[in-house]
Amino acid sequence: MAETKIIIVGGGLAGLMTTIKAVEAGAMVDIFSIVPVKRSHSVCAQGGINASVNTKGEGDSPQIHFEETIYGGDFLGNQLPVKGMCEASPNIVYLLDRMGVPFNRTPEGNLDFRRFGGSRYHRTAFAGATTGQQLLYALDEQVRRFEAEGKVKKYEGWEFLSILKDGKGSCCGIVALDLIRMEIHPFLAGAVVLATGGPGLIFGKTTNSLTNTGGAAGSVYQEGAIYANGEFIQVHPTAISGGDKLRLISESVRGEGGRVWTLKDGKRWYFLEEWYPAYGNLVPRDIASRAIYKVCRELGLGIDGKDQVYLDVTHIDKKRLRERLGGVLEIYEKFMGESPYEVPMKVFPAVHYSMGGLWVDFDQMTNISGLFAAGECEYQYHGANRLGANSLLSCIYGGMIAGPKSVEFVKSKAGSITSSEVDSQVLEQKQTIEEIYNMQGVENPHRLHQELSEMMTSHVTIVRENKKIEVVCGKIRDLMVRYQKIGLSDTNRWANGEVLFTRQLWNMLVLAELITLGALQRDESRGAHYKPGFPDRNDEEWLKTTKATYTSQGPRLEYEAVDIQYLKPRPRRYDQATAGVKK
Amino acid sequence: MNSGKNVRFRIHRRENPSAPPRWEEFEVSYYPGMNVIGALMEIQKNPATADGKPTTPPAWEANCLEEVCGSCTMVINGAVRQACSALVVNLSQPIELRPMSKFPNLRDLKVDRSRMFEGLKKVGAWVPLDGTHALGAGPKVSPETQQKAYALSRCMTCGCCLEACPQYHSRSQFIGAAAISQVRLFNLHPSGAMNAGERLEALMGPGGVSNCGNAQNCVKVCPKEIPLTTSIGEVEWQVTQHAIKKLLGF
Ligand SMILES: Cc1cc2nc3c(=O)[nH]c(=O)nc-3n(C[C@H](O)[C@H](O)[C@H](O)COP(=O)(O)OP(=O)(O)OC[C@H]3O[C@@H](n4cnc5c(N)ncnc54)[C@H](O)[C@@H]3O)c2cc1C
Ligand code: SF4
Ligand code: SF4
Ligand code: FES
Repeated sequence: MAETKIIIVGGGLAGLMTTIKAVEAGAMVDIFSIVPVKRSHSVCAQGGINASVNTKGEGDSPQIHFEETIYGGDFLGNQLPVKGMCEASPNIVYLLDRMGVPFNRTPEGNLDFRRFGGSRYHRTAFAGATTGQQLLYALDEQVRRFEAEGKVKKYEGWEFLSILKDGKGSCCGIVALDLIRMEIHPFLAGAVVLATGGPGLIFGKTTNSLTNTGGAAGSVYQEGAIYANGEFIQVHPTAISGGDKLRLISESVRGEGGRVWTLKDGKRWYFLEEWYPAYGNLVPRDIASRAIYKVCRELGLGIDGKDQVYLDVTHIDKKRLRERLGGVLEIYEKFMGESPYEVPMKVFPAVHYSMGGLWVDFDQMTNISGLFAAGECEYQYHGANRLGANSLLSCIYGGMIAGPKSVEFVKSKAGSITSSEVDSQVLEQKQTIEEIYNMQGVENPHRLHQELSEMMTSHVTIVRENKKIEVVCGKIRDLMVRYQKIGLSDTNRWANGEVLFTRQLWNMLVLAELITLGALQRDESRGAHYKPGFPDRNDEEWLKTTKATYTSQGPRLEYEAVDIQYLKPRPRRYDQATAGVKK
Repeated sequence: MNSGKNVRFRIHRRENPSAPPRWEEFEVSYYPGMNVIGALMEIQKNPATADGKPTTPPAWEANCLEEVCGSCTMVINGAVRQACSALVVNLSQPIELRPMSKFPNLRDLKVDRSRMFEGLKKVGAWVPLDGTHALGAGPKVSPETQQKAYALSRCMTCGCCLEACPQYHSRSQFIGAAAISQVRLFNLHPSGAMNAGERLEALMGPGGVSNCGNAQNCVKVCPKEIPLTTSIGEVEWQVTQHAIKKLLGF
């Protein structure tokens, strides 16, 4: 029997879990990643991963986790897959524990759990404050074992350029570029899984890593893959300012008792606790971000008149802080030069996560036959707003589905491609790269990126006004014209980052347009998407998934009904406890 | 230092591994909180040397920008460290940037650290699972053991410890402190311990733990404060015990 070959693009949590599951299902796997997989963005996750194990005897259950996830996502999440994820979560955390993740423990030696936003239960397992790093390392180790056994081959330092399609439009492999030699090659496989992470870099300075350009998703979108709910961009309430990055101060800081305040009339004002007594500092992210925005921009009550409020842990026992939050407090100390153990931290919201992504079916397959997606690059699990510590879970769960389903696909439905089809598609990619090498205009790609991202951050994040969004739509088109006038300062045929960045910039522009247009069309407020002109959720017209299809004139938007088979939509409010509470 | 001032850099350049290395100077206008990666990003937006000559933007590696991925490791003013957490305000100028010297230099500040990942493969740095299907909860672990394991598990394969180690270089096979410390980590885990013997054997031959000259440089440069020399001592002891047991035929 011919061997089953799966290509996985991306070695974050989603890509590595897909790899493990595909190998267990009998496949040989080739993994492609820009950075060595152990350095993937998933290492940044600090706070933890959700699993309703109920070790604290609070009566938590997968059903309550499911209800809170749907409610937190303002009912835009398809309910069947979300339910599946929540039901799988206890076993996922047990599995990670068996792999050796050093999760924090209770005195009896059981897994410890902490609280996170949008939940009233201790549901988040954590390894200090570098949980993502610890989970990624555990999966990386398992994959390394398969690599040593010859079942996995890694292509680290390779960039995905495009998928290969046969005459019927099925995905049969990829075209990729060696980032050192700058050579372009085709790789064939029975199925391809994209696990390339989020598109945060469209917004420039965010909490994301530098590889999070969304470039790969942007490529396949231009090859016909549908992109869903692009307008739902999560802005995290608490990040620290910086010239290169807005570093996250995890929600776990509030989960462990951290309090947000500013000064009003010379006195401490704990505005989240006052406005949202039931959840206090642990309201979901969209709500907390808007509250901080309101305090600073509308009430003018930011600390020292600037865009900042305090996030305070100075009242918490230092040993406990060090054991449970050391990693994140260390980041504040290193980059801000002040000790958060002694002085309250200064924070402001920052772009953090994309709920939207490639459209997939319940088997994680995109609308392109043979092309699957898992992790932050797809849209499936978080509706209009993601609850903290649900992303690591969705990455791993998505991988657990995508692995076996892609192998199953190969066995029954794989396409077949001729060598001349391969050659012509490789040639197309070579030509695109060659065109970039020959760009001799006056624009600098990094400066264009800065313009794009500043505009997106100002007008397409916490508060969205149609008039301003329309202007952004026009300006993105202008930037696309100016893109053609880029001049390259580096034409080396060896390790040329500028060429690749320029290519990614195009994909960022394309995705930015889809995000912006999606936001313009959706005249309501839901989860992370807030329009002061349309302050309420409008289920009659907008309880539907946005689906964007690429055309050279811009995105074509269509809408699809949301699966609401288990929970009937009801108004979402956090001043009273109404999510996942027995009534 | 105030914003509005310029920061001066002296950066190692090399087009490719067979090109001769050279130096270029750059000037970047300072903003508060600037770190070395932030400065390199400014150069990308305007790739010209301090005397205004157009040049290529230096190639460097980075991803997380918060000192957890290990990518951006380089030698800054003579000390090996992460460029993203190197605040410009604390560095004397011109700030000199060099690639690590213990790994093949690919271009400018980029190096190839695949030898480190090979080392992890060699020592079997993983817990061998029966499979990822549901097999219930993992073993109970005391909070003390967890804290000990967590400290070791934060190693981000950055290579600082190897850059500083006199025993680790292109002509030696020494596996280095990072991988040895990982052996300690996996031998500490209740199920990982079942394969302790195999990991120790991998460290017995040439390039193994006995190559360490106990210079203690590694532990001083590790950005994650991993107790490397304690790990080396502990693993040496485990190797000796294992060798004795084998000799006696246990
Ligand atoms: C600071 C921070 C803290 C967070 N904390 C939490 C938390 O506590 N809990 C939680 O649940 N979530 C958290 N999140 C969210 C979570 O970390 C991410 O959503 C998740 O890690 C994404 O994983 P992934 O596997 O989808 O992709 P990533 O980890 O982003 O990996 C993407 C992979 O794709 C590769 N890649 C990308 N493009 C290409 C290409 N063109 N060619 C080849 N390879 C490519 C990259 O090299 C990389 O290997 C946090 C996010 C941030 C930014
Ligand atoms: S103690 Fe050993 S490993 Fe560490 S620097 Fe010295 S020789 Fe190298
Ligand atoms: S042990 Fe420390 S210095 Fe060495 S690779 Fe790991 S983190 Fe870096
Ligand atoms: S960029 Fe990740 S450690 Fe500096």
